[in-house]
Amino acid sequence: MKSVEEIKAAIEAAVPGAGVKVISNPAPIAQHSLLIDAQHAVAVAEFLRDDEDLALDYLSNVTGVDYLDKEISEKVKVTRQVPKEVDGVQQIVDETVEETRKHVEPGYLEAVYHLFSVAKKHGPVIVRFRTANRSDQVELPSLTPVWRSAEFQEREVFDLFGIVFTGHPDLRRILMWDEFKDYPMRRDYVEPDDFEYEPTPHDDVLKRAQEHKAKVAAGEVSQ
Amino acid sequence: MSASSIKTEKLAGWNRPPVIESDGEGELLEVAMGPHHPSTHGVFRMDVVLDGERVIKLKPVFGYLHRNHEQLGERQSYLASMPYTDRLDYFCSLTNNWAYALAVEKLVGQAVPERAEYLRVILAELTRIQNHASTIGFLLQEMGASGTPLMYAFREREKILDLFESLTGSRMMCNYMRFGGCRVDASPAWIEATRKVVSGLNSFVDEFENFLMTNEILMARCQGIGVLKPDLAVNAGISGPMLRATGVNYDIRKVDHYGIYDRFKFRVPLGDHGDIYDRYMVRMLEMRESISILNQALKDVPAGPVMDPKAKIRNFRPKAGESYGRIEAPKGELGFYLISDGSPNPYRYRVRPPSLINLTVLEDMCLGSNVADVVLIFGSVDIVLGEVDR
Repeated sequence: MKSVEEIKAAIEAAVPGAGVKVISNPAPIAQHSLLIDAQHAVAVAEFLRDDEDLALDYLSNVTGVDYLDKEISEKVKVTRQVPKEVDGVQQIVDETVEETRKHVEPGYLEAVYHLFSVAKKHGPVIVRFRTANRSDQVELPSLTPVWRSAEFQEREVFDLFGIVFTGHPDLRRILMWDEFKDYPMRRDYVEPDDFEYEPTPHDDVLKRAQEHKAKVAAGEVSQ
Repeated sequence: MSASSIKTEKLAGWNRPPVIESDGEGELLEVAMGPHHPSTHGVFRMDVVLDGERVIKLKPVFGYLHRNHEQLGERQSYLASMPYTDRLDYFCSLTNNWAYALAVEKLVGQAVPERAEYLRVILAELTRIQNHASTIGFLLQEMGASGTPLMYAFREREKILDLFESLTGSRMMCNYMRFGGCRVDASPAWIEATRKVVSGLNSFVDEFENFLMTNEILMARCQGIGVLKPDLAVNAGISGPMLRATGVNYDIRKVDHYGIYDRFKFRVPLGDHGDIYDRYMVRMLEMRESISILNQALKDVPAGPVMDPKAKIRNFRPKAGESYGRIEAPKGELGFYLISDGSPNPYRYRVRPPSLINLTVLEDMCLGSNVADVVLIFGSVDIVLGEVDR
């Protein structure tokens, strides 16, 4: 089988501007993966499936991964010009101060596809796509038109992670019920305060039940 | 059909199930088969639209048994997930253990001692035999052969479960494998008892085959029903006996050579038509191949430890990285995908469930057939809801 670098070169030759990046995997198994620009997802997928050397006709596994927003604080040296009295004369002097700056690197949702070839009996080739952020730009193109096995698995990723697969023929919740609002596999998911308490609560459960009743009385939760 | 002759055509649009028109006479009937229909092997629903007896639409509904297994796996340490994997496909807990152990071993580069590899193969093949036997039993039960074939299958299954119980302490929830080996060693008496059970299995399969293979009712109800085409099967990610019944030669034991499967001689049974009968026959023949593997493996189980002495058990923190490990489970390709960020519990823990993905083509297989055949087609897929819904 071709190495990841060779596959990367082949994709770039076939789909110009696909923006392929190799994500190396430090684990001993060294299954490196390819990060591909989401815009070109379908074109790249069709190439991977139909190319004669690769012939990745079998999409085994589709899954999502959630990466939270990361707050990064770094120390920066800043040089400022400060008015200062030197030897009784007002002068403007350079002063270097160390400042801590914080910025937030936006998190993203990632869809991971594990591809194998039944015809050539090789694999896996791992392909990843990332959304722009975790809140309002969570669309990725669906690969169900290319590999039918993505049909239920992309529905599951939509259900549990909230990635919206555009072009999916039947994007509905699959494991959670239709009225469910949140995405339970996200890293910042908080369980709703609506579980049933024991009929005769005691200890911890009693405390939680009392808190819950107080919340209901205050109108914070409905039930 | 050889694997190389199969080529997924460039498809215009997606590989969607065909649209079947009603003949326009009478009304359409919408039936919810399940979630408590006895043929659904658990809680599973099919919303079926019927035109008379003919199925013109079928939508599977999942999630009745959903417990977010994957999130449970991310909230606890690597080893603590091992007993939970038993509950995925509760007919085949040992192969689930193996798949998970394999994924973690790939993640940390852990070697497995020789004796443990032999025990794993022996247990996995025993699991395959009892799974296939009971699947065939259930299929016949649904065909109307009330009780008898199922009890024949369960009689053998019980012998195998007794072996599991004496080795692991539990009939079904075995929780036996560990990262770098197995939990306890098998005694010489256990190996001897296994040899004895295996030596009786061939005559069981003979008997089962004699009763059923040329049975007129079985042939009439199975042949040409629920046909699946090989190119659709590959495109839809179908795996296991269901894929091989369409004629695609793809067995992960042969492709990946995981464990020590390359040391044993066995054949991969293939079907021709991809109908229910072929799926049934592939399982029947796979049982024979499993018996052959068992005979080879039991001949010389090497002495030695069953657990790598260097394997880390306490404070188990894999370095950052990811791995995808998969095995040929009785139901198909069972894979585990793990991402580690260096902490004691996985950052991402994903199960690739063969049962769920094999249901992708359920609608395609059922469209146009009678409603009574839906039960059989569904039974021939071989699913366990614990794994479908996770």
